[in-house]
Amino acid sequence: MRYFDLFDLPVQFDVDLLTLQDRFRSIQKQVHPDKFANGSDQQKLLAVQQASEVNDAYETLKSPLNRAEYMVAEHGHDVKHEQETIKDGAFLMQQMELREELEDLESSNDPEQALDVFYSDIKKLIKLYTDEFNVNFDKQEYKLAAMSVKKLRFIYKLKSEAEALEDKLLDY
Amino acid sequence: MALLQIAEPGQSTNPHEHKLAVGIDLGTTNSLVASVRSGLPEVLADEQGNKSLPSAVQYLEDSILVGHEAKNNAASDPENTLVSVKRFLGRGLEDINRLYGDLPYNFVEKEHTVNIQTRQGEKNPIQVSAEILNKLHTQAIATLGDALQGAVITVPAYFDDAQRHGTKDAAEIAGIKVLRLINEPTAAAIAYGLDSGKEGVIAVYDLGGGTFDISVLRLNKGVFEVLSTGGDSALGGDDFDRAIVKLLLKNANVTAKLSAKSLRKMYDLGRELKESLTINETVEFNVSLLEGDIVGQITRAEFESEIEALVKTTLRSCRRAVKDAGVELEEILEVVMVGGSTRVPLVREKVEGFFNRTPLTSINPDEVVAIGAAIQADLLVGNKPDSDMLLLDVTPLSLGLETMGGLVEKVIPRNTTIPVARAQEFTTYKDGQTMMAIHVLQGEREMVDDCRSLARFVLKGIPPLTAGIAVIRVTFNIDADGLLSVTAMEKSTGIESSIQVKPSYGLEQSEIADMIKASMSNAKEDMAARMLAEQKVDAIRMIEAIEMAINESGHLLQVNELEAINNAIEALRVSTAQANGDVIKTAIKALDDISQPFAARRMEDSIKQALTGHSVDNV
Repeated sequence: MRYFDLFDLPVQFDVDLLTLQDRFRSIQKQVHPDKFANGSDQQKLLAVQQASEVNDAYETLKSPLNRAEYMVAEHGHDVKHEQETIKDGAFLMQQMELREELEDLESSNDPEQALDVFYSDIKKLIKLYTDEFNVNFDKQEYKLAAMSVKKLRFIYKLKSEAEALEDKLLDY
Repeated sequence: MALLQIAEPGQSTNPHEHKLAVGIDLGTTNSLVASVRSGLPEVLADEQGNKSLPSAVQYLEDSILVGHEAKNNAASDPENTLVSVKRFLGRGLEDINRLYGDLPYNFVEKEHTVNIQTRQGEKNPIQVSAEILNKLHTQAIATLGDALQGAVITVPAYFDDAQRHGTKDAAEIAGIKVLRLINEPTAAAIAYGLDSGKEGVIAVYDLGGGTFDISVLRLNKGVFEVLSTGGDSALGGDDFDRAIVKLLLKNANVTAKLSAKSLRKMYDLGRELKESLTINETVEFNVSLLEGDIVGQITRAEFESEIEALVKTTLRSCRRAVKDAGVELEEILEVVMVGGSTRVPLVREKVEGFFNRTPLTSINPDEVVAIGAAIQADLLVGNKPDSDMLLLDVTPLSLGLETMGGLVEKVIPRNTTIPVARAQEFTTYKDGQTMMAIHVLQGEREMVDDCRSLARFVLKGIPPLTAGIAVIRVTFNIDADGLLSVTAMEKSTGIESSIQVKPSYGLEQSEIADMIKASMSNAKEDMAARMLAEQKVDAIRMIEAIEMAINESGHLLQVNELEAINNAIEALRVSTAQANGDVIKTAIKALDDISQPFAARRMEDSIKQALTGHSVDNV
């Protein structure tokens, strides 16, 4: 089943997260294996399968990056597994600079302050490429939209690396 | 209609009759059993009025003592009296030595697990746990007056797959039908949430005898949604006792290895002093060991400086759990304290400092887990068909696969809501390759050696093709108990590959069967009789469930479909009158098969209903 249909939501990037959450819970109340603890083995299996799918659908639509990936995948662009690389030189240059910035963070005078600045840059880039994705997707330029998603993947990866560094700095 | 109905024990004559189910808190130091009676959950006491059963098992010449008596005999017969055995579940000897140091047991090293040599021979931690469960089960039947439909058993949220499997196997050996394994902090949250009626984000800090869990949950309209969980399955009050023992021995300049009896005595003393220091600032002690007497005093400040690092470790887990939950500290409405070790003043103080609010200590930290499990058991067994309550839990540890260079590739990240199914595709790297080895690991670290090895699978029967052509899709499923299973399929041919599962830890199914047989001969039960009884219960349960389904949504069935299902129900009913398990089994299968499309239709329909309800709400 298509994830947007499952939650009776329009196929668009902007999702009302509260509605999604609410519908997710309502559906789980119907299909969760706990509702079939008395059922036969087959019923239990069916419930596990359904509940797993609903969980997956929810996780996918909840996260902006997963949602964008899913939207272009529905149009034949499997961003996660596609080998095609980004050829946008300016973007790649920017990525290299950001990566260097992240590497130098640890040894900076005030790493926490530097991290804050880094996070705010990342946030701006996420907004930039999310908007780009939205415009391309609305124009049904799915190949271009997929390229925006690829860029977003890079940015989100940087974000998670920054978070790992933050854990380290905060003695975790 | 029959005027007189004769029912087997454990089977209700009336489908609406209250079904008996219990919640069991299988703890490191103490275990409890609770049940919902007349609508209220309560811990069941034994004949002497004790609500908690020490998790201690003593193996005598020809009998087994479980509980208080065993605990009292631990100091005089340490090698044969096993306490805190939960800490050994799913662990190898190397782990145990590293984590717990000197213990008064004779361990026998097994491949990835341990046995303990007793005068009744070698015992596996799973078997020992089964003895404790068996005692609680018997006690519950005696109190409730009839056989049980099943039990919910709690496990630490941070238990890994091997430890969860061990717990479930122990229940199977004890003859308990497990309705569900649920996480201890989640069980506590149920009891707290239903009692307080509060909604919002809460944190449950659960420090027991041997394990620590932190869970962050969102409570909303009957849904208990775990947002994140963290912890340490080898950190608890026992470690506080051990810290005291180490300090006392150091102060007394005792450097020689203690005898088993002295060790047990010292650990008991450590526990006493810890408990006493909860109220007193200074405690004097006097203990005579074979190696000499140790006399002195200990202050709370000394104790606290010994355990400070341990408490700090728990706070680190708290920080990560809050971060993983994606909530801010200020959003947390309440911090619920669970587990006996949260009585330690330093623990309360530090937790208060971290969360910046006074933790809730008014609920009974020893009983709340069993109570929550009882509530869930009552629900699962079908006593509350109109209940709106739902638990959504997560997997505590990431699941991954070994890739090139001893690295781990994550397939299911930690804190993913369960049940979950994730697939990964692999391809062959040699021409004509027909087998492939897969190594499944659990843990957060990047290297294979730093994670827990769960299982090694060999995929067989891959069609011999050119390298890279055959694509094998391996699907990892974590069910609602948090247990992993794996299936594999070769994509180009659609052949379901045979998988050889070799669990790195835990028992083979044949070993479990042997242990059940062994436990039977003790209880003078008969394996076949037990299987038959279980099958009959399953049959009745299934008939009830399907009849209820027909009542609710019979409109989804064509006349001929309804007739076929009714016939199968009747056939199953007839079969239960026979003393032949195989006949019942076949009849169950037949009913299951014929009602399968109905079950699927019902599920689709219920999803639609759920959403329609929403549309109406939103108007």
